[in-house]
Amino acid sequence: MIKRVHLDHAHMQHLLKAMIRIRRFEAKCVELYQAQKILGFLHLYDGEEAVSVGVMEALTQDDAVIATYREHGQALARGVDPKCLMAEMMGKLNGCCRGRGGSMHFFDRARRFYGGNAIVGGGMPLALGVALADKMQGRSAITACFFGEGAVDEGEFHETLNLASLWRLPILFVCENNLYSMGMAVERAEADIDFVHKASGYRVAGEKVDGMDVVAVESAARNAIDRIRSENEPYFLECRTYRFRAHSMFDAQLYRSKDEVEVWRKKGPIVRFQTWLEANRLIKPEELATIEEEVDKEIAAAVAFAEAGPLEPVSELERFVTMEEVPS
Amino acid sequence: MNAPQATAAATRLTYREACKQALRDALLSDPRVFLMGEDIGRYGGCYAVTKGLLEEFGEERIRDTPLSESAFVGAGVGSAMVGMRPIVEIMTVNFSLLALDQIVNNAVTIPHMSGGQFAIPLVIRMTTGGGRRVAAQHSRSLEGWYAHIPGLRVLTPATVEDARFMLKGALADPNPVIIFEHVMLYNMEGDLPSDMKEVDIAHAKVRRAGRDVSLITYGGSLFKTLQAADALASEGIEAEVIDLRVLRPLDTKSILDSVAKTRRCVIIDEGWRSGSISAEVGMRIAEEGFFELDAPLRRVCSREAPIPYAAHLEDACLPQAATIVAVARELVRPS
Ligand SMILES: Cc1ncc(C[n+]2csc(CCOP(=O)(O)OP(=O)(O)O)c2C)c(N)n1
Ligand SMILES: [Mg+2]
Repeated sequence: MIKRVHLDHAHMQHLLKAMIRIRRFEAKCVELYQAQKILGFLHLYDGEEAVSVGVMEALTQDDAVIATYREHGQALARGVDPKCLMAEMMGKLNGCCRGRGGSMHFFDRARRFYGGNAIVGGGMPLALGVALADKMQGRSAITACFFGEGAVDEGEFHETLNLASLWRLPILFVCENNLYSMGMAVERAEADIDFVHKASGYRVAGEKVDGMDVVAVESAARNAIDRIRSENEPYFLECRTYRFRAHSMFDAQLYRSKDEVEVWRKKGPIVRFQTWLEANRLIKPEELATIEEEVDKEIAAAVAFAEAGPLEPVSELERFVTMEEVPS
Repeated sequence: MNAPQATAAATRLTYREACKQALRDALLSDPRVFLMGEDIGRYGGCYAVTKGLLEEFGEERIRDTPLSESAFVGAGVGSAMVGMRPIVEIMTVNFSLLALDQIVNNAVTIPHMSGGQFAIPLVIRMTTGGGRRVAAQHSRSLEGWYAHIPGLRVLTPATVEDARFMLKGALADPNPVIIFEHVMLYNMEGDLPSDMKEVDIAHAKVRRAGRDVSLITYGGSLFKTLQAADALASEGIEAEVIDLRVLRPLDTKSILDSVAKTRRCVIIDEGWRSGSISAEVGMRIAEEGFFELDAPLRRVCSREAPIPYAAHLEDACLPQAATIVAVARELVRPS
């Protein structure tokens, strides 16, 4: 399987760096949250980085992304500028959405990033439309549709899978199965916890992949995209992963044990990939140091950009409630 | 429904036919336009509005969907974000409740929340209203609910000319537009001036001029209100009938202009009184036209109950011409 991923030196370092970027970006967000510079909800992706990084590697710039509300990692991995993301987190005008969306609603038209969505499952029907429009306009793009396993409980999931299959739309469904939706353990929510089996009920082919293994995810995503193109139909990836931290900053985590979290932490995507690289002498200590240094610089620059950013004038509050024209 | 214009020749057609011609026009004039909805293709549309379009335009552009209101409305939103001009049909407003998430949380939110990166040029057509003896779950009038939401334009064509040309305006609007077609109007006939090419989708319209009382209404209540105005005229009361046409954004100026002239006002709304569009119209008059009034504001709305099946109960539930007459008369000539 791994042969589909071209694992040269540069690529390995790129994957590691992409995951470290997400981890450190979010660590900084926690600090800023504690300093009350970031407000509202803060849902961390800590532990799940390999999923976004692996999937986005397999996409091209022409492809489209529908994200979830836990989408810091999805946006960063897609290549959205960390500066604009940090400014958005801080509610600034130079944020990717002028500070109107915040943590759960990143949009970036240029990167075909069609939004975080704070309604669980609510982004899924949008994927149908994006994929359909691409197809009707003769573009061969893929739409990657991210959702947590909690979205599978929603009707919109089922409607979307059925229509995607029926209309043979080029959608890569990426189920981030981190075993919980807030405090609801997957086996307490789903009569059948085999999501790939569920997808097959709509004749959507799919597979489970170890979402803690970035190379496995990239490889599976590349194969999936090839298959979407060759078979002219959607595909379903269930990425088994785990959220290391609380659901949001207001979660006492009564629903799971510290031991369980510890077990998963040991399987973390960064520690695992980095250890493997080190054990096989695929990365030198100084290379790792450089990656960390560069990431820290990027994040410091993002924070500086955000701190310096102006606030949107209150007089513009109603701007874009209705649009004057369709942006092109 | 309208008096034929004296100057130009006119074609007589039904409201249904006007809706269909509008769709056909849209499909012919813009390759980005396509239709999605339940039974719009092979079945021909549950109110036969789209009959024949599948044969003419094919399955790509006339898309029969399964019973998945949320998914196909959401597909409309998504496709509007990437260059298409979808027209989505929801069989009735009652079923649109299953698509509220996509309409309210996505279609009207994304332009603003993305900081203006995306417009959602989506048109949603749906039927509304009661009168067909099909009971509560098929008879609601929820236009006022939708009119509550910033970012939407809410249109209520009540004449053949509006049925024929509002769609064109809606498609030219970069924002999501809902067009409510009242079920009782499809078979009504009216004259369409042959030189007419468009209508505006921003203003209310005086459908009958008068000096004694303003009757403000929209959609399926317009023809009842016009009947009431005829009856009032025979008693010597000259009612002015205002067709709101656009429930959002509301044309406050036309409302105030009429009330300033007549100094009395009855609002007729098939929605329930509490929290309705009639409440909004009334409050705007209270805020901006209070000193123009010579009498308290009055309303004729649906009775506050789910619309029943039995004919006598349904009739009692909905606004009727006789009630409008009685309320207007009492306002002009208190007993
Ligand atoms: C429709 C809807 N219902 C409930 C919520 C509240 N809520 C926010 S996140 C969440 C859990 C989502 O779980 P999952 O989809 O598995 O994503 P994860 O948090 O695990 O990434 C819930 C219930 C919501 N945002 N939307
Ligand atoms: Mg989850």
